[in-house]
Amino acid sequence: MHNKTLAALSRELQAKKISSVELTQQYLQRIQQHNPQLNAFITVTEERAIAQAKAADARISAGKATALTGIPIAQKDIFCTRDVKTTCGSKMLDNFIAPYDATPVEQFNSAGTVLLGKTNMDEFAMGSSNENSYYGPVKNPWNTAKIPGGSSGGSAAAVAARLTPGATGTDTGGSIRQPAALCGVTGLKPTYGRVSRYGMIAFASSLDQGGPLAQTAEDVALLLTVMAGYDPRDSTSINQSAPDYTRTLNDDLHGLKIGLPVEYFGEGLDPEIARSIEEMIRVVEKLGAKTSKISLPHTDLAASVYYVLAPAECSSNLARYDGVRYGYRCKDPVNLEDLYKRSRSEGFGKEVKRRILIGAYVLSSGYYEAYYRRAQKVRQLIRTDFLNAFKEVDVILTPSTPTPAFNLGEKMTDPVAMYLSDVYTIAVNLAGIPGLSFPIGFSQQGLPLGGQLIGSYFSEPKLLNIAHRYQQETQWHSQIPPNFK
Amino acid sequence: MSLTGEEVKKIAHLARLSMSEEEIQPLTRDLDNILSLVNKMNQTDIGAVAPMAHPLEAVQPLRDDVVTETNQRDLFLQNAPQSLMGLFIVPQVLETEE
Repeated sequence: MHNKTLAALSRELQAKKISSVELTQQYLQRIQQHNPQLNAFITVTEERAIAQAKAADARISAGKATALTGIPIAQKDIFCTRDVKTTCGSKMLDNFIAPYDATPVEQFNSAGTVLLGKTNMDEFAMGSSNENSYYGPVKNPWNTAKIPGGSSGGSAAAVAARLTPGATGTDTGGSIRQPAALCGVTGLKPTYGRVSRYGMIAFASSLDQGGPLAQTAEDVALLLTVMAGYDPRDSTSINQSAPDYTRTLNDDLHGLKIGLPVEYFGEGLDPEIARSIEEMIRVVEKLGAKTSKISLPHTDLAASVYYVLAPAECSSNLARYDGVRYGYRCKDPVNLEDLYKRSRSEGFGKEVKRRILIGAYVLSSGYYEAYYRRAQKVRQLIRTDFLNAFKEVDVILTPSTPTPAFNLGEKMTDPVAMYLSDVYTIAVNLAGIPGLSFPIGFSQQGLPLGGQLIGSYFSEPKLLNIAHRYQQETQWHSQIPPNFK
Repeated sequence: MSLTGEEVKKIAHLARLSMSEEEIQPLTRDLDNILSLVNKMNQTDIGAVAPMAHPLEAVQPLRDDVVTETNQRDLFLQNAPQSLMGLFIVPQVLETEE
């Protein structure tokens, strides 16, 4: 059953060919068998899963099922879950049990899905390799000497190894799309404000956005249909109703204009990825799309801007971890300052501390104008680049990453090299527009390669439509890592 | 421009992080590298561009001023490292007069 897509499983559940209990038991067993090699889960919620599966079966029998009732899913451990530990990959929250459910958790609960567990991630979603987790790195199912990408590495690896048919992730600078690309799955970062951030532990509030990861665009559409929508509890949530994302998947692509930004195909791009993109273009052209070269002139400033704004927002968001109200507290503090300083220094990992310091520096007195203010202005230029491009083309196609998955440990001593592995995904968060990564081939070494479709605000239906049509013509998305068949 | 160890210590204090002497030097180097990446944005002419705070130029929504949350003090205190009689406990803040 595990080789089936979420959509196929949904059809079998509805037709009562399988039960949710059977399905859930099978995935729990696969997790038990394979998770030790991958470390994709921080917590497995076995008992709760079986109870939810029984309830789902009853709901299906009663004829009250939604499309996802009975489907097992995994939540990134950044989404607060009542009664289940929510660690955010940090020692700071190792003992934290949220007193409430995040909106996406609530949405999946009411749709009747089954929670298999909470997936591993870079601490506080800061990282591109999943090596910054307090719970140890996640391994790439295609080659366990390689990183799975980050920060939603646990979710991407779990979907790739078929330990879950779908998972949630969050994306601040590429944290859904980069691991999706490196693990060979489909992952969407929606428009900023499309998915509620309520109960999603904050890293950089003006950039963070939750979204789904699954095998196919169709599966992602099913999951997004549950997650998208207005939430009055998130003040940045967009008050606009969300469509059923599965309805437009088969739309015709004739006349579609796809832009190829020259800045994304230059120096530093792996030749195998460039070749796979060319092959992908031939497939969508056969389907009726037309491609043309475009320019996004401020692309090379995206990483600079991001590493001002994201750390600045992180330093203020993470000020709440003070060892007083919840989370880690150091032993035997001598006074309040000692309590703050030691709880934070012992509770946070290296990368999180680096970003807090960068953030505190750029926001400190005398530097605000030169850094934060200037970065906000350059951010506007980056957004304008995209808006201008969308006057000429409907969507933009780029590689998701400059290279396939790199080795564990390879970039751990060089933060800037690590940051630049997100170079193709960052600008999308700065502009607040949606981006979808999906499998487009494999390297000679057998590692998955990803392509990214970028659209204007609320263009998720179009991005999923293109990827779905492409996936009807190709088989990259249905490949399973050899050791996890 | 490059960052000094003294500046890093000062920022660490502002962020309430303690750093050992051995940590300061490699950290200063890392932060300096990150700031060089950041400083690339100074090369561009930004002119009269308006700073961007929200992708969709949304403004803060306001709700009616009514109570929406119930009191869940006991539930919230379950996560507290130390609490007593419904209060969070921290080391003594005020010095006693002797």
